[in-house]
Amino acid sequence: MRSAQRRALVGLLTVTALTLAACSSGGDSGGDPNAPVTLTINVFGDNFSLPADRSLYDEYERTHTNVKIVENRSDFGAHHQNLQARLTAGSGTADLEVIEVGQIAGYVGQPDKFVNYLDQGVDAGQWTPAIVARASTADHKALIGLPTDIGGLAMCYRTDLFAQAGLPTNRDEVSALWRTWQAYVDTGNRFLSRAPANVKWFDAGGHVFTGVLGNEKETFYDGAGELIVERNPAVRAAWDLTVGAIKAGQSAALPEFTPEWNTGFQQGQFATVTCPAWMMGYIRSNAAQTAGKWDIATIPGGSGNWGGSYVTVPSQGKNTAAAVELAKWLTAPEQNVKIFKTIGNFPSQKSTWTMPEVADFVSDFFANAPAGKIFPASLANAPAQVVGPQSGIIGQTFSDALNSVEQGTDPNTAWTNAMNDIKAATGTG
Amino acid sequence: MTRSALRGSPPERLRWRPASPPRSPRRQVWRSRLYRLDVNGSPYLYVAPFFLLFGVFGLFPMIYTALISTTAWSPRRPGSEDVSVGLDNYRALLSDDNFWNALLNTVGIGLVSTVPQLLLALGIAHLLNYRLRGRLFLRMGVLVPYVTSVAAVALIFNQIFARDFGLLNWVLSPFTDAPIDWRASKAASWFAVSVMVTWHWTGYNALIYLAAMQTIPFDLYESAAIDGAGRWRQLWSITVPSLRPTIIFTAIVSTVGALQLFVEPFLFDTTRNHNGGAEREFQTVVLYLYQQFWTNGRYGYAAAIAWTLFLITVVIVLVNFLLVRRIRSADG
Repeated sequence: MRSAQRRALVGLLTVTALTLAACSSGGDSGGDPNAPVTLTINVFGDNFSLPADRSLYDEYERTHTNVKIVENRSDFGAHHQNLQARLTAGSGTADLEVIEVGQIAGYVGQPDKFVNYLDQGVDAGQWTPAIVARASTADHKALIGLPTDIGGLAMCYRTDLFAQAGLPTNRDEVSALWRTWQAYVDTGNRFLSRAPANVKWFDAGGHVFTGVLGNEKETFYDGAGELIVERNPAVRAAWDLTVGAIKAGQSAALPEFTPEWNTGFQQGQFATVTCPAWMMGYIRSNAAQTAGKWDIATIPGGSGNWGGSYVTVPSQGKNTAAAVELAKWLTAPEQNVKIFKTIGNFPSQKSTWTMPEVADFVSDFFANAPAGKIFPASLANAPAQVVGPQSGIIGQTFSDALNSVEQGTDPNTAWTNAMNDIKAATGTG
Repeated sequence: MTRSALRGSPPERLRWRPASPPRSPRRQVWRSRLYRLDVNGSPYLYVAPFFLLFGVFGLFPMIYTALISTTAWSPRRPGSEDVSVGLDNYRALLSDDNFWNALLNTVGIGLVSTVPQLLLALGIAHLLNYRLRGRLFLRMGVLVPYVTSVAAVALIFNQIFARDFGLLNWVLSPFTDAPIDWRASKAASWFAVSVMVTWHWTGYNALIYLAAMQTIPFDLYESAAIDGAGRWRQLWSITVPSLRPTIIFTAIVSTVGALQLFVEPFLFDTTRNHNGGAEREFQTVVLYLYQQFWTNGRYGYAAAIAWTLFLITVVIVLVNFLLVRRIRSADG
């Protein structure tokens, strides 16, 4: 009976919406590409997905004089929550919505709520199959998001702190220090024995954990989509390695994306940080005074991917055709390169990786490190990771659990709690 | 009696209008019916807007939440909203350690914040009741924390309670071995959240007490002063007994507010899954509800939490109410 009521309500709303659409748009639905249109785009974070300045939008508006773009930028958590609420309600989304890679799998399960780019003449071959697969349904018949950037992993480190602790500072020598994550933890112990007071080896255990798992194909889910987090030896090994490092006093225990974390960057509270390409932009904007003190080495294990986002077009929008055009443009190779040069987010377009503008790019903030070569190498080795609907939440659960270990909780208790939390987040109920 | 007198009056007034045509009895009956309807019905019409709004924004959501709480609705599983699971959510809730932990945190933080808050408010109101220089300014001043947005308050308090470069740890540094991690233990985090709550609400309660204090006849204080009672004695022997109903009112309102505590722990939290501390040290019931609803997408379970909290609140308010009645009858 409730279902019948809902259907009646939905019917009523649909009729209303259709009437309104018919009244307001007139000839618009006929597809006049030059009719004036205002496109709204919802974005999260400071610079994570798209540059916070309007440079890209301004450029698009110059070449498409009928289009006006209005951006609404909000906090990571609130952004994705609001998106889910508006999708469930059936109204209120922006014309374009940016979704983070850890969250996209949850939306892939609702493909009818998004425009399928495969019907819009998008060539999915522009990106690596792994990137495309994350925003595609299991049967590969629907692609709901176009990738903006990709978080190839490297290791950023403070050369000044390394020198004080008697470690090499040259990036090739540093990379040679940690071919494996175990070697990274061992180097951490070496660092701590001679480090300046109150300087730790890394910022937070969760980032080491993420980095270790970056070398694995299957982490929380297996290829069949089954949750294997509890019995996957790779996950347990990453946990144990991280817990060992925390117990050795290597962690500054600064939860990510908090004011304390930013202070940690500014004050040099840690010497290394797991460094996806977008982290370059984050450090630069949150700890500008540390310019020149950083360098970039390869990631232990040689590969990994953390972060990146997708541009989606919810199908409830009124201007989906124009929105798809903007989404294609925003994720095209030229724009990828512009974003990389302004904020450091690494292009997801394969074709750009060999362009001299990207390949020869060096970052002055990071002591002229050849970022354009480091990140593609990390991505080339990276396994096509299996991502499940709750991968993002599971990763955050581990970050929280490792943070509790940093605060003194017994690691076994923390593991048990994390497993229970994961069951609550992924189970029925 | 008044009513019949009123009913008789209009024709008398109309008698003097020469142009008025003779009134038909049918019309008079109609008029009197309308009049009765006006007298008896209008009050309902006047209160109707409240009940309409309450129905739309209060009653309907409550009933709808109750309905949802009997499903396993999750937006990630299309169709799950139509399948009833009976009282499974409530059963699961009763054996959910995290829920009991959240309830413990809520009650604990409630006590740690409400008791000092009301005592402080009483003291401040007592001081403000004296003839002071710039009394109006001071009275308005205590209300400033209340009108400041909680988000702004949390921003400042997050600086004060920061672990490594926080103001409070800097002040405490001569007395402690290591800086206190204010989010790492129940005691420390309850204290931090309670300070935020107390800061926000003390001024509001102080003004309510102050308003009630001004109804106490000043002669009482005068004669007490003549009898040699100091200010402290006056507070306990005159002010507090006279304020009893007001104190009970603020206690009930604060209790309900404490049970629904959300914004302060939410903004103090640094976990990205809304755990309320890495080990749920200060996750309140509403924050747990928020986590289950938003992070985990368990709409049905979150609805069950909401209803359970509602029932708990009703029980506690009823207990409060009974206590109030007892105190009143003891008075009489």
